[in-house]
Amino acid sequence: MSNHIRLSKGLNIPVKGTASARIIKTVLPDILAVKPTDFRLLTPKLLVQQGDTVKAGSPLFADKKNPSILFVSPVSGTVSEIVRGEKRKILAVLVKHNGKNEYINFNVPNPRNAEKADIIRILLESGLWPSIKQRPYGIIPDPEKEPRSIFISAFDSAPLAPDLDFALRGETDAVQTGIDILKKLTKGDIHLSMHIDNHASTPFHKLQRVISHTFEGKHPVGNPGIQIHHIDPINKGDIVWTIDLHSVAAIGRLFTKGVYDVKRMIAVTGPMAINPGYIETYPGMCMQQIKEFVAQPLRRYGEDLPARYISGNLLTGSNVGENGYLGFFDHQITLLPEGKYREMIGWAKPFRFKKFSVSRSYFSWLFPRKEYILDTNLNGGERAFVMTGVYEKVFPMDIYPMYLLKAILAKDIDRMEELGIYEVIEEDMALCEFVCPSKTEVQQIVSDGIELMIKEMS
Amino acid sequence: MKVLKNLIVKVKPRFEKGGSLYFLHSTFDAFETFLFVPDHTANKGVHVRDAIDLKRSMSIVILALLPAMLFGMWNTGYQHNLSIGLTAPFWATFWFGFFKVLPLLVVSYVVGLGIEFISAQIRGHEVNEGFLVSGILIPLIMPIDVPLWILALAVAFAVIVGKEVFGGTGMNIWNPALLARAFVFFAYPSHISGDKVWIEGLSSGEGIVDGFSGATPLAAAAEGSATPSFLDMFFGTIPGSIGETSTLAILLGAAVLIYTGIASCKIIVSTFAGGFFLSLLLNAIAPGAADPSSFLNVPAWNHMVMGGFAFGAVFMATDPVTGCQTERGKWIYGFLIGVMAILIRVFNPGYPEGMMLAILLLNTFAPLIDHYIVQANIKKRLNRAKTNK
Repeated sequence: MSNHIRLSKGLNIPVKGTASARIIKTVLPDILAVKPTDFRLLTPKLLVQQGDTVKAGSPLFADKKNPSILFVSPVSGTVSEIVRGEKRKILAVLVKHNGKNEYINFNVPNPRNAEKADIIRILLESGLWPSIKQRPYGIIPDPEKEPRSIFISAFDSAPLAPDLDFALRGETDAVQTGIDILKKLTKGDIHLSMHIDNHASTPFHKLQRVISHTFEGKHPVGNPGIQIHHIDPINKGDIVWTIDLHSVAAIGRLFTKGVYDVKRMIAVTGPMAINPGYIETYPGMCMQQIKEFVAQPLRRYGEDLPARYISGNLLTGSNVGENGYLGFFDHQITLLPEGKYREMIGWAKPFRFKKFSVSRSYFSWLFPRKEYILDTNLNGGERAFVMTGVYEKVFPMDIYPMYLLKAILAKDIDRMEELGIYEVIEEDMALCEFVCPSKTEVQQIVSDGIELMIKEMS
Repeated sequence: MKVLKNLIVKVKPRFEKGGSLYFLHSTFDAFETFLFVPDHTANKGVHVRDAIDLKRSMSIVILALLPAMLFGMWNTGYQHNLSIGLTAPFWATFWFGFFKVLPLLVVSYVVGLGIEFISAQIRGHEVNEGFLVSGILIPLIMPIDVPLWILALAVAFAVIVGKEVFGGTGMNIWNPALLARAFVFFAYPSHISGDKVWIEGLSSGEGIVDGFSGATPLAAAAEGSATPSFLDMFFGTIPGSIGETSTLAILLGAAVLIYTGIASCKIIVSTFAGGFFLSLLLNAIAPGAADPSSFLNVPAWNHMVMGGFAFGAVFMATDPVTGCQTERGKWIYGFLIGVMAILIRVFNPGYPEGMMLAILLLNTFAPLIDHYIVQANIKKRLNRAKTNK
């Protein structure tokens, strides 16, 4: 069974620095980090101390609310530091890699006849459980609750996103095993979405025991949230899961080899990346280790603009700095010039060739194939909501974005529920933030709204 | 450029918290960001932002207003010359009007921006760009003869009561420019109605050609006397508010607004559609030759080019803050403005124009229209949840 869904709304931001399909380096991390801050509202309970020896798969911390949910070290080595922030909040657990590949061996059942309870136990123990996201809210799933269905996006449509066919080449069997395992966790279906442009060539179209869908359109068409909305939308009380392909493959490897192996291919992208390509590494790697791929500061408007290191894509990623670490869910690093400059009467210039705008008040539309060296300048000041009808063009959901945001700002729980808060997470509305002429921090508002819902509804 | 930049960087600390000129920080900020796009970078969330901002959006609207404004200046001179029976070369005519309109623009901007700067300062906000548009719109919808003090009062009323009491640009319920006009309309009706105020110098009555009437086409139609030809009204060589007379110039502006997407073409199209629809309906029931002076006889296409209909549809109804915010709502909103404007025009015995009141009325009801559109979406979601269970 295959279904085709076409979305007319959306936007592919034409930024320079797409990763070409080649591996430029294998990064064996020296120090890497596991960050509780990668997970929404997680309060970690530390299980290790500085100096402890760990293997790949050794738990580092657990979820305080549900201590069976474990977060583990991706490599073997020693715990070198517990990084704390304000009020001693744990920001990261750093592990120094010892160069050996010592794994904890999990006693995995045979994937064919594994029981549901065993699968959940192993996923929790091995630290792969948190790689699943539960909707609504995009949180770590509750092991007690069975999802209505599971959604997997086989492509990423975000700006400069890695080509998953390349990044996961040779992993099709692991992905299939992962899917077979996940299938036992739900009575419902597993939905796999592919992009129409490559659905015939992608190795994933041969995957079994899934319902395949093809999507057509621009970003955010690759976001599972958008796909769920068009395949089988989330209603109040529903629970569904989403999981990315890298994590599905990791689950597959766990159940065939019995180890926590999250090594993956990460795309190094962006206008400040020299020869953008792929690196083979682990989540949590340090940005120091890709320094050689970062260009010299860019000269623009009389300033030298250094690179901003973003773990993730330029819409939803986080600015981790040159000494920061790759996030748990990120499979892409974006390097952008830091836009700290003052451009004289920029808003009044008829042409601004270095800037991209979806608005026809600029002339970007004359150059549909141009790729821009975009920087992080806000391009204006923050204002109240003034323009209307702008968000709608890049938000392919049957939800009124402006009304939802206003309900969140008013902290009106009932209204948020009515207007569709269960169906969105930050990434789904990221493009609204990009196009907003009033420079509203849309994702922050959505994030506040979700946290408020979690607190009020529990 | 570099010198200016260095100067700004140098004096900036004085305007920051703790500096000696902190009380002027909003004002400083307004000038700084006018000259230079600030060096703010995206901190949270999306790391790259679109090049569009409110300054750009607003300057496009001003650009779109220019044809109407320039034509209005020329027409001011032209109408004046007609009234005194003079023919003058093009530039002389234009400059005459230019120097008549300029004081209105200056007063409008000085009073309006003054209040905006003060209120931004009190609130500690940045100065919003909204008034840059209102400041030019207000003079364009006034008669040329409006006394400057009345204009000043009207602008102050519009900015304070129309906008700032609600929290500034983006929060207001009614279009500030129209509120200024409504203020004059209700407080000083003799200065915005009748046959004299639309032409410079006609009120004082010196050297006027015998029998010259300064009546606007709408007033003529209301009385049942002959109106100028369609083409005259389309090109705009008729008496009226400064910016509203030339439908051609307004359509040029509309092209800019629709093309750049700054104004909603749905509102513009549906406003014209609504107005045209009702006038056709009225034409159908018009007494025709039985009562040639009836307002019902005015052909539908003439309604589109008379008075402030086109100007209102293109520049006033499309205000994103006070109009409908849902895309479906915009169709309804525009259509009802068109219908109401013609309804008020034709059936209101006191005053022959209805666009201003129609837009203000629909401004009031826009949230209600949106409410029903959004409510439909909510119902759909609820039903989906129920049928799934």
